[in-house]
Amino acid sequence: MTVGILFIVLIFLFIGAIIYGRRLVKTEVTDAVFGNPTRALGGWHWIIAGLSSIMIIWLYFSWDAGRAFFPTAANELCQVAKLNRTANPIRSAFPLEDRLLRGTALLERDYGQIDVLESRLANANFGVADRTELQSIIAEMRDTLSAQANPELMDPATAGKLDGIATRINDLAKNIADDNYPIEPDPDREKALLQPAWGETNVEIPTMPLTDLGYRFSKASETMDGISKDFSKIRNNGEVITARLEALKARYKDFRIDDTEGKDITAQRKELVKQIEKIYRRIDDGKIFPSAMTQPVEAALINFDEVQKSEQGSLRLIDIFALPGGDILAGNRACSEQGSGRWLPKPSDTLNTFVRMADPEVGYKNIPLLWYEMKPIGQVFEILIPDWIADLVPGEYPRHDNEGTVLNNFKNKVYNVATGNYESLMIPVPIGHIWDSLMRVLAGLFFGILLGVPLGLYMGLSRFAKGFFDPLIELYRPIPPLAWAPLILTIFGIQDDGKIFLLFMVAFAIMVISARTGATGTQLSKIHAAHSLGASKFQIIRKVILPNSLPEILTGIRIAIGVCWGTLVAAEMLAGTTGIGFVENVARKQSDYEIIWMTILLLGILGLMFDLMMRFIIHRTIPWRGKG
Amino acid sequence: MSDLVADKVNMVFNTKGGGTVHALKDVSFTLREGELLSVLGPSGCGKTTLLNIIAGFNRPTGGAFYLGDEEISGPGVNRGMVFQQGALFEWLTVAENVNFGLRMKGSNKKETAKKVEEWLEIVGLQGFGDTPTYQLSGGMQQRVALARCLINDPDLILMDEPLGALDALTREKMQTLVLKIWKETGKTIMIITHSVEEALLLGERLFVMAPRPGRLHKEYKLPFAEQGLTIDPREIKNSQQFIETREEILSMIWDMEEEIMGGTSNAA
Repeated sequence: MTVGILFIVLIFLFIGAIIYGRRLVKTEVTDAVFGNPTRALGGWHWIIAGLSSIMIIWLYFSWDAGRAFFPTAANELCQVAKLNRTANPIRSAFPLEDRLLRGTALLERDYGQIDVLESRLANANFGVADRTELQSIIAEMRDTLSAQANPELMDPATAGKLDGIATRINDLAKNIADDNYPIEPDPDREKALLQPAWGETNVEIPTMPLTDLGYRFSKASETMDGISKDFSKIRNNGEVITARLEALKARYKDFRIDDTEGKDITAQRKELVKQIEKIYRRIDDGKIFPSAMTQPVEAALINFDEVQKSEQGSLRLIDIFALPGGDILAGNRACSEQGSGRWLPKPSDTLNTFVRMADPEVGYKNIPLLWYEMKPIGQVFEILIPDWIADLVPGEYPRHDNEGTVLNNFKNKVYNVATGNYESLMIPVPIGHIWDSLMRVLAGLFFGILLGVPLGLYMGLSRFAKGFFDPLIELYRPIPPLAWAPLILTIFGIQDDGKIFLLFMVAFAIMVISARTGATGTQLSKIHAAHSLGASKFQIIRKVILPNSLPEILTGIRIAIGVCWGTLVAAEMLAGTTGIGFVENVARKQSDYEIIWMTILLLGILGLMFDLMMRFIIHRTIPWRGKG
Repeated sequence: MSDLVADKVNMVFNTKGGGTVHALKDVSFTLREGELLSVLGPSGCGKTTLLNIIAGFNRPTGGAFYLGDEEISGPGVNRGMVFQQGALFEWLTVAENVNFGLRMKGSNKKETAKKVEEWLEIVGLQGFGDTPTYQLSGGMQQRVALARCLINDPDLILMDEPLGALDALTREKMQTLVLKIWKETGKTIMIITHSVEEALLLGERLFVMAPRPGRLHKEYKLPFAEQGLTIDPREIKNSQQFIETREEILSMIWDMEEEIMGGTSNAA
């Protein structure tokens, strides 16, 4: 319901924005210059048009809109799919989807194999008698094949069976066109209505028919299943052909037991008989019928197709226009969406998955997406106090005495404080996949900036530093960060350390280069001015060169965040147990498109937030950029 | 007593090709405290080099400058400098630019704020303290640069074509401001300029420099700066003496330029 309203609102927004935009164009001063840059400013209505068109496409091709407007369509199409599936064994015998009648295709193939066999015989090393016998067997096989295609040699009973199939199909066609078929109402309707609705569970589409039309198709599919099974049992080997086939079998068996010859030739003989046997079995299958005799079945099928299609009525239009880019297929037990309905998860389902996973009790793999837990304050800040401080305290760590009691001494107490092992106030600490990913990026970025900016400034100010460090940085910078990942994850472990170091490497190079560019760009007159105003060297670096490099440094940070974000997700996919990349990787292994889609959107939104934040910071801190 | 004394100052640059350029040759003069000196000369005559050496950014290859009793060996607060483009710190506000020198010294904040107010009033920027510098016009930026330099109370003020980038009207106003400051503070001021009129108007003394090697060519003692304190500069510019001196110096510089051009064409 909500999706339906949303879809209609989006379409109105889209059309409205375009109409508004076109009206606005008329009020603008026309400019002969193409691409007048002022025209590219503003234009929120085009933003609305763009966003709503994306949402419309998404809702449409994921079948979310179709599902909202036609909630029972999938169930009905599922019944149609069942009928199509049960009719398939018969249909595949006729040139309805394939190019050739199946009998024609089989004949072509078998004749071809007999030809191959014959040419082999020409090269084989056989005596005259054997050769004649073999040639005769091959000729007989050809004859039998053509006998199967001959209507006059066909068993009347088989012909009767084929006619029976045609009659039953015609009857079914009449039934399906009849609104009162089946006469008794669906006994399972109540049960069917209790099924989870379309998209509610992992079984995407409810299988039991929900509507009368669906029930009619469902019932027809049961009948069709029986017809199909009977059709599959019909074989074109009446008395005449069976007799010929048995004679043929006796001849080639006879040919095989003859082993008066040498060993090699026996092997060759066996191989040849094997080939003959293979072709013999195919002929024995009896799936080749005289073309004319199958005509009634084919006609009945074509008629049936037309009838059932016209009976589908508007359902066919819904299938084509409301559920584009794919079909609903019936399997043995369930029906499923195929095509874009499958791999493009529905926005509403994705949102539901997100809401479900956002619940900290659910999360993903027992870890919430973003939540908090209460932790003693000592453990949060224990990282700030190095453990070796306790080692410096005079004395020794306590040893247990003869009673086995351990007495705490001062040294041990210091150690407990340093490791956060003491009772303290509980404070909330954020946890979860999103938090872990964010922290990794921010930590890598932090160290990259902390070390990269000073080195970059130094390189910008000193010819020695530039020459000395340039090759190191320029050599490792162009290497894709992921190429480092296996090595670094091996050295630092798959936990946070390795990923943070990897991100540090990425951020470091970018920060060095941007800080260097910034420092090099400082006007000499500014340094001179600061110098003659009494600033020391250190003050000049801090108060003049650093702020002067700020535009480049902030741009560098903005780029570094983007690259770090990309590298992080890939690194998390390689190894790890938490993080957004980890979630996506597990979802990929389970083909869970909704979660994959959700992580993609999440990554996009977080990346956008990072960028907006940087834009805001840049706007606030360096409004003078380009105006100096 | 803090006179500026130049004692046979020489500056020789080594070029990459192995040759040498004699930028300054045996420059000697004495600038008394409170004097207003303008330096004029064709481009490439070593004016800026001279100023950079006095400021302490470069060391001369021979001779030395003395300010008072001390030899100049590096940049110092006793010499303030005003640059052509202002060289303001555009990430700071006007007040932060002006008090930059005092902040670097770590002076008392209240006193600093008071001083900033005073100086902004003197240069005609009262109320602009919190304005970001990048929003100022060229003339205003130069006023800030002046205030920034003067607040440090230097013995000597060096100006490197301070008004070169301004439009004519603003330029006239700024010239009057420089004269006013000179009068009111009694500072020693040395101005480098391209404009002959400006040099005449802002120079109690005027050095004309000659190129190749850079040297002092001729010195004038002029009454116009003194007059400018009381009379409208435009009237001074129309006086007979001003016009005559201007023509004399102009033709002198013209000849020097000709000589350079001729010299290069002869060599070629």
